[in-house]
Order: sequence, then C-alpha cells, then structure tokens
Amino acid sequence: MDGLLSDTIGAISTAVGNAGISIIRLSGPEAFSVAAKIFRGKGNFYEYPSHTIHYGKIIDPDKNDVIDEVLISKMAAPRTYTCEDTVEINCHGGYVTASRILDLLYRNGIRPAEPGEFTKRAFLNGRVDLTQAEAVMDLIGSRTEKSSKVAVSQLEGRLSDRINKLRHQLVEMLASIEVNLDYPEYDFEEVTADNCIQNISLVYNELKNLIEGFQYGKILREGMEVAIIGKPNAGKSSLLNRLSGKNRAIVTEIPGTTRDILEEYVNILGMPIKLIDTAGLRATENEVEKIGVSKAIEVMDSSDLILFILDADSGFEQEDADILEKIEKYHEKTIYVVNKTDKKDEDKLNEIKERIPEVLEISVLEDSGINILEKEIYQYVNKSNFDTDNQLLVTNARHKKHLQQTLADLEKALDGIKAGMTMDVVSIDIKSAAENLGYITGHQVSEEIVTNIFERFCIGK
Amino acid sequence: MAQDYNKQNTYDVIVIGAGHAGCEAALAAARMGAETAIFSINLDSVANMPCNPNIGGTAKGHLVREIDALGGEMGKCADKTLIQSRMLNTAKGPAVFSLRAQIDRRSYQREMKHTLELQESLDLIQAEIIEILTKDNKIIGVRSHLGTVYKTKAVILTTGTYLNARIIIGDVVHSGGPDGLLPANRLSESLKELGFELMRFKTGTPARINRRSIDFSKMEVQQGDNPIIPFSFEHETIDREQVPCYLTYTTEQTHRIIRENLHRSPLYGGAIEGIGARYCPSIEDKIVRFADKERHQVFVEPMGLDTEEYYLQGFSTSMPEDVQIEMIRSLPGLENARVMRYAYAIEYDCINPYDLKLSLEYKNIEGLFTAGQINGSSGYEEAAAQGLIAGINAVLKIKDKQPLILDRSEAYIGVLIDDLVTKGTDEPYRMMTSRAEYRLHLRQDNADVRLTPKGYKIGLIKEDRYEKFLMKQKSISKEIERLKSKTVPPSEKVNNFLKKYESSQIGTGIKLYDLLKRPEITYEALKEIDSEIPDLPRSFAEQVSVSIKYEGYIAKQLQQITHFKKMEQKMIPEDIDYNQIPGLRIEARQKLSRQRPSSVGQASRISGVSPADISVLLIYLSAKWKRGGKQ
Repeated sequence: MDGLLSDTIGAISTAVGNAGISIIRLSGPEAFSVAAKIFRGKGNFYEYPSHTIHYGKIIDPDKNDVIDEVLISKMAAPRTYTCEDTVEINCHGGYVTASRILDLLYRNGIRPAEPGEFTKRAFLNGRVDLTQAEAVMDLIGSRTEKSSKVAVSQLEGRLSDRINKLRHQLVEMLASIEVNLDYPEYDFEEVTADNCIQNISLVYNELKNLIEGFQYGKILREGMEVAIIGKPNAGKSSLLNRLSGKNRAIVTEIPGTTRDILEEYVNILGMPIKLIDTAGLRATENEVEKIGVSKAIEVMDSSDLILFILDADSGFEQEDADILEKIEKYHEKTIYVVNKTDKKDEDKLNEIKERIPEVLEISVLEDSGINILEKEIYQYVNKSNFDTDNQLLVTNARHKKHLQQTLADLEKALDGIKAGMTMDVVSIDIKSAAENLGYITGHQVSEEIVTNIFERFCIGK
Repeated sequence: MAQDYNKQNTYDVIVIGAGHAGCEAALAAARMGAETAIFSINLDSVANMPCNPNIGGTAKGHLVREIDALGGEMGKCADKTLIQSRMLNTAKGPAVFSLRAQIDRRSYQREMKHTLELQESLDLIQAEIIEILTKDNKIIGVRSHLGTVYKTKAVILTTGTYLNARIIIGDVVHSGGPDGLLPANRLSESLKELGFELMRFKTGTPARINRRSIDFSKMEVQQGDNPIIPFSFEHETIDREQVPCYLTYTTEQTHRIIRENLHRSPLYGGAIEGIGARYCPSIEDKIVRFADKERHQVFVEPMGLDTEEYYLQGFSTSMPEDVQIEMIRSLPGLENARVMRYAYAIEYDCINPYDLKLSLEYKNIEGLFTAGQINGSSGYEEAAAQGLIAGINAVLKIKDKQPLILDRSEAYIGVLIDDLVTKGTDEPYRMMTSRAEYRLHLRQDNADVRLTPKGYKIGLIKEDRYEKFLMKQKSISKEIERLKSKTVPPSEKVNNFLKKYESSQIGTGIKLYDLLKRPEITYEALKEIDSEIPDLPRSFAEQVSVSIKYEGYIAKQLQQITHFKKMEQKMIPEDIDYNQIPGLRIEARQKLSRQRPSSVGQASRISGVSPADISVLLIYLSAKWKRGGKQ
C-alpha cells in the first residue's frame, strides 16, 4: 500500500483488567514479519495458512528471553477486520505480560495504535460505515447481554433510520418555509408561526426522548453508577463486599487521586453496576479525610443512584442527620437502607424509621433483605419504562452531543419564532438542526467528525 | 496587448452569442484590456428577453446585485430601463429581500447594444459562428458561416437556446430560435467533435396579448414600490413614473379546457424529448400535477412603454393555437383577448456542465469557456452572472493569471457555478435562495462588501467607485460604533417612544444599539429619540440596521463559513491519479476521475463520493503533503 496505511499498528485489544487473557492485535503490512521474528512455535510462521491459530512462545530475540506462552492467530488480508494482514496474540494474565509483549513489538517497528485506529482502518478500507464503526465500539465495551442487544440493533442501522426520519421531517418543514421565501409572488400556503412551533416541538420531543435514553444506554454500556454513602462503620464496605462477592466481575482499585473511593463492577440481575464505596461522610478536620468527603459529594452528584446506609445498631445520630441534609436534593435517586437489623434493637430501628419511613431493612451478616435490595436497584434502572427490546437507545457520546446540539438549534428556532424573527433567519437554525442530525448518520462531511469519532474510541476494535 | 488589427480578424477573446451572458462576457473582457469581438446571428437581437420582461426576483435579484458589485452591466442597464420595481419578501427577512423590476424590453436591448458599441477594444459583429478551431487542445480561432476565420486565444460560448433549436406549438414542430429568430444549427457538430457531451433541454414561454383587448377592471392591480430601489450600487435613487402589473386567475373552465385537450399537448403526447424544469411547469403540467388546486395565478405584465404587448406569466404552454386561444379567453379580463404571439416550447442543445472547471473553462480545451443557458442554467440573471465570470477568466487565462473563482460562501454566483460544475444538472437550473448555505451573509444589501474589492482588484471597478465604496464602509462602521456607545436614559420621552412601537419599557439607560436589536424598533424610528442620527443614504442605513439586528445570526454564519473554507482551501493537485489511492471505492474513483475537483470541499459535494471516501482522500493528501515537506 502506497504511503496511506503503510505502517503496522499494534495494541492490546481487550479492555484493561477485563479478564485472565489479553489479546494483542497487529495490523498492517509488517504484521507477519514482526510476528515471525518474536514467535517460536512448531514450523515456520510464514508457512501457516491464513485464519489458523498456533501454540508457541513469545521470545525477546535480543535477549533470548521467553516472555509468555501464547496462542497466535494469523489472518491474511483482505478477509480481516481491518482488511489488512492481521495477527492476534492471546497471552496470559493481565496487563503486565501484555505490556511486555507490546513493548517488544514496539521495539521491532510496530507503531502504537491510536485510539480507535483499527476501526478507523476498517472504515477507511470500506469494511464498515460510520454508525457501524461507532456501534462496534459499543459492542466491545458492552458488558452484559442487554447492552450488546442495543449495540447490535444500532449496527443494523435502527438508529440511523430513526434519526433519518426526524431529519427528513425537518427537511420537509424547511422546504415548506423555503418555497415561500423563494416564490413570494405565488400564493403557496404560508407556514404560520403556530404551525412551525408545532412541527418543531414534535421533533424536539422525540429527540429529547432519545437523549434521555442515552443515560439508560450509558448505564447498559458502562454500568450504572451506584454510590454507597453513610457514616463510618454503618456497614458500607461489608455491603459492597456482599454484593460483589456474590456477583464479582471486575475489581478496579483506582489508585492515587481517589484513594478514599473504591469501585467495583457487579452484575445485578443482568445489569452491569458500578458500585462506588465512598469515604465516611462526616465533618472532619483531618485533611486527608476532607478530600475523601468532598470526593464523596462529587460522587453523589454524578452517580445514577445513591444507597444511603444507616445503622440499626447505633440508631439515628447527628451524623446521619447531616448526611440526610446533604442528600436531600438527591432524594429522587436515593434508596434508604438500614443495615444490621440482626441486632434487633427495636427502639433504635424505630428512631430511624421515624425520620425515614421508607427504609429498606437488611442484614449483611444474616444475608437478609439483600435480594430485595438487588431488585430495588434493578427496578430503579428500569423505572423509566425503557423496553430494551423495542426502544432505541443512544449509547454513543458523539451521537448524544449532536442530538443535544440539534435540540439547542431547535430551541433557538422556537425562540426566534416567538421573538418575531423573520423566517429567513429562523430557517438557519432549523437547517443547522437538520445538519446536526446528518452528522450522526454521516450524511455530511467535515474533517473533524472522522477524527473525533475515532479519538473517542477506546483502543482496539 | 498589441494585435495585428488591419484585417479585423484577430482578437484576444471571441464571444459567440450576444445574449445576457455574451454581453457581460464581452464587456468584462474588453474592459480588462483584451481585444474582443462578440458575434450574433442578428444584431437586432442583442440582449433580447425572449421570455418574461423582467429582471431580478428572489436570488436572481441577488445575482444582479453581485454582477454590479463586480463591475458588470446588467444592473445599470436594468436601472435605466425599468418601468416598475418592487422589493419582494420585505416581511420575510433581510436574507431574502429581493429586487424585481419590469423592464422595457426594447429599451433594454437598445441600451445594452449601445453600451457594447461604445466600448473600447470591443467589436460587435453580425455573423453565425459555425466552427471552433483548435490546435493541440488549445483555442486558435473560429470560423463563420461565410467562411471567414477569426484568430483568437480564447472563445466564450454563450449560445443560449439557439443550438439546434426546435420550436413546438401543439403538433407543429419546426426548426427555429426564440422569438422567431434563426437557430444555430451547425455549431453543435463542432462541439461534439471537441468532445462535449450534449444534452437536450426544454423551456417555454407564454403568449403575448394586445392591451386593447384586455379588461383590466377584472384583475387585481399590482403597483410598484415608491421610492424605487436601484439594482446598481452606483445609483442611489431612480425617479421615474411606473406602470402597473395585473393579476388574474385560472378558472374551472380553464382547467376543463386543458384536461379535455391534454392529448393534443406535445408534452403529454411525447413530441417533446427535452427535459423541462420542475419549477417552471407549463400550465398543463400544473393542472395535471396539482389537480387539487382550484386556481392558479396568472400575472399580466407590460412588455414595454411603446408597445401594447402584454405577457402572461404563469401561463406557458405548448398546446396548439386553437386550444391556447380558448384557454386564454377563459381567464377573467381576457375574454376578448387578441393574441399577438402564441406560446411555444423550445428545445435546444446544451453541454454537460460537469465538463467544466470552476473557472467555466472546458476541461479538454485550453481557452474555451462556456456561459449561460448552454451550461444548463435558465434565466437572464444566471446567464449574465456566468458570462461575467467567463469573460473575466478568459482574460486572466490569456494573461496567465489565476482564475477568479467565487466560492459558495462569497456569492450566489459561487453557489450557481459550483452547483452546475460539481453537481451537474438534469433540468434547466434556476437560482434560489435556499440553494445558498450562507444566505444571511449573501444578502443583496452587502453584495458590494463581498465583491467590490475583488472587482477592483481585477480592474472592472474603477478607482473613483472604489473610493466611494471605501467611504461608504467607513461611515457604516462609524455609525455602528456610535450606536454601540450612545446610551439613552429611561426618560418619559424614551418610554413613550417605546410604548408607541409596542416595545417593553426601560428602567435604566439602554444603548441605542440594544434598542435597535429589538425586532419592533427600526433604525428609521430611532431618529425620534436620537437627534444625532446622521442623514445616511438608504443603502448605508440598510447595512447599519441589518448588521446590528441580525448580528447573532450573522456571526453564526461567519463561523460556519470559516469551517467551510477549511475544506475549500485543501487543494487537490491537478495531476492526482485516483486509481493510485488505496481505499477509495470504485464509484468514488470513477466520479472523482471524471470530475477532477479542485479542492476537497468540492470533492465532498460530488454525488457518489461518500464521507469515507473523503477521509481516505484527506489521509492520502496529508501523507503526500508530509512527504512533499520532507523532500
């Protein structure tokens, strides 16, 4: 290939921390020669037929070190994801081994792939179109069955269909405005302000639905964020361990900045959930703890759901009152939970119930009430009545951005009409709205659009 | 450019056809210093208006303004000969304000012909050119029907609807040009030999009626505007008596007559093969396609002051004579109509504009330009705009300079030419404001701001006019600054003023600038509370007012334009081989190879070229630039 895609790229194509096996992918004209250089297996790598997998070792040829035992697959162009020669190395363990192999590859002339570059190549080589390329990313990122269904339907173009329909509605409205501007001497029916407002509102509302679906789509793709808060020793950590112990998927202890916050991925009734254990919320002079507390408040703000854990053993204390005050504004997204009901101190429990009548009683110790809590969490996610089988979801941040811009354009158009602006300028905003929808389905070209999409893609497929 | 001028047969630029495109082309070329000749089959038909007797209208009015801002002639000539003028769309916003004028057809012709005759370096010659002469794919001359060879470096073809023209009235079909003039039957062959792909387009014109037979009392009267707003930026006012136009409607009887006689219409009988325009349907088309519509408008317009001919706009047809007279007499006020000229349809050869560069030069022959209806457009204004650009670029070509190419964000002229050349057309192309992406920037009031500096640079705008233009811009920005800095108090006077215009009251001081932003407050009205408002000419005041009132929207468009320009400025090397670019789809390869766009922006507008193809192209080009940089 002449200069265009002439170099060979490589990257770990499995999500970081996702599993016991990592896959490193190479794509480009040098993929085979570099693989042959570092792979020792039965026979000559060059002679392996295409689309076959082989067992062997990865050797650092300079030091003659064995790095790992691997399975290597060889796939010759063009029947590959990128339409280029492709090699996939399945290596053991997590990030460390994979990084060592990657290092070795880089030293042998492989260029690190930019975010989304494999898909970009697939796109450029004509394998996938724009919306498909984005959906592929979501498919890779999707953690449970439900989210893959959304990703798949997007792949099949349902989102494009829907967006195109709305776009078409706007274009039709524009046409009826324009005809009056371009043919003033003729007696075409004028598009009245009321009519215009009505039509714009229809599109507006549908778009709003789509955007609301984004939040849900994001939950399906990235997991719902659930913040666990409560005073120290209320049983937050034990609840987290209980929920994750049963359903443990991925554990990521995020180092450094969020030292006081622990995140765990769990799977509740088929729903991916990111549990966030916050530092105890209390007034403190301790600087380290102060940071923890302000982080906790941040987390409450951004999370999709808050579990406020109270303690049936200690009853309702001043600290609980302080927290209650802080989370009042999040009431809509809060589930109130009282732990340690095994202590059977009715007075203390009643003290809590007096302040918070709708509190869910659990005991992590006795494993009671946990199923109900899981159901509550699940129902919270589903309460917006999203039917994932039929409802179309926007799961992609770029799509959401353009949908939001479309909404802003339509709002401007509505404002313009209401302020008595003339139709020639109102139509600018409507046109801009239609263009924004066009960006989603790739109906318009701008240089940035392609760059942006692919930057947003995580590394690998 | 010294020429051997003894034999009057050696020129720098030769223009073939003296319609609206030809006249602009010839004047521009001669004014830029080229020895120029313009040929017409009949010199009495120079700048003829064989169809409607008006100039301007939506988007077309913009084109006339732009032609004038660049130093063209159409606007000036229209101003001198208009007999009624209206600004259309005044309630619909500044982007679509459009000037439209009824023209005294004969005066316009006389005026334009005389301008050509008076022009230095320009010869107006009666002859039919039947052959274009080339050598090594370069223009060397033309041959007339008398066998004379005229040597030249550049040729501009502005043949209008004359090429192999056929007139169709009912079942009568004969070879003939517009308005009973002779067709040009021999040039098409020469064009085919030069590699042009010829298309067959169709247009038509309605009947002309003698005024003495019209009962105007049964029609609505349409008066002109007072004062008259001129087309040309060189004219500030026009003081003239205006004549009215009239409006009548088709009746049930009209529709019945048409339906009963549809089989006699060549359109429906299949005698016409040319492709007509969707926006300019014949009356029988309208009746068939919009069967629900109870009535259609018919405008009755004077053809001039010293003639009794009236034009029936909206009533073009190719029905036979006997049906036509019946149809016409079913219109209120035309019961006793005496027809002077019957409506006809005309079919003609045109080229595929795909074969042109944005400079309007034919891709295969150096020095050969085409403009006007031969390029598949329709309309006097569209023709004139292309003629002007072709004339300018022919001269720039022989001077070995870069062509003048206006892009879609600079002028309607740019939109027009880019649409034709990049997208091609399968029907006669008419300019519309909705074709322009940056309409609020491409206004008729600021055409001078957009284009006069360019006209000055190429030499079509003279020093004194340019000075005036600069002065105008200066006083406009001065006044905008003044409005921005002056605050009026919440006095009783000011609040009474606001009350009068149903505008909300103020409690604290407010800038005049902010008051003017209110839709209900006009610049004119501000005089009531601000004694310091200078007495600016109307056109100055208009720019002050529009640029303040629509500031937000204009800023948004300018931002979009910046974005657009980025892609337009990514030039594609002329020698690019699309077959050597890996990753391009086959369809895109074929389209791009055929079209040879000059920029990535232009490439992105070609149908059949997908966003993926464009990004492949971008990556290929940037790799190429990088490599080039290293060398």
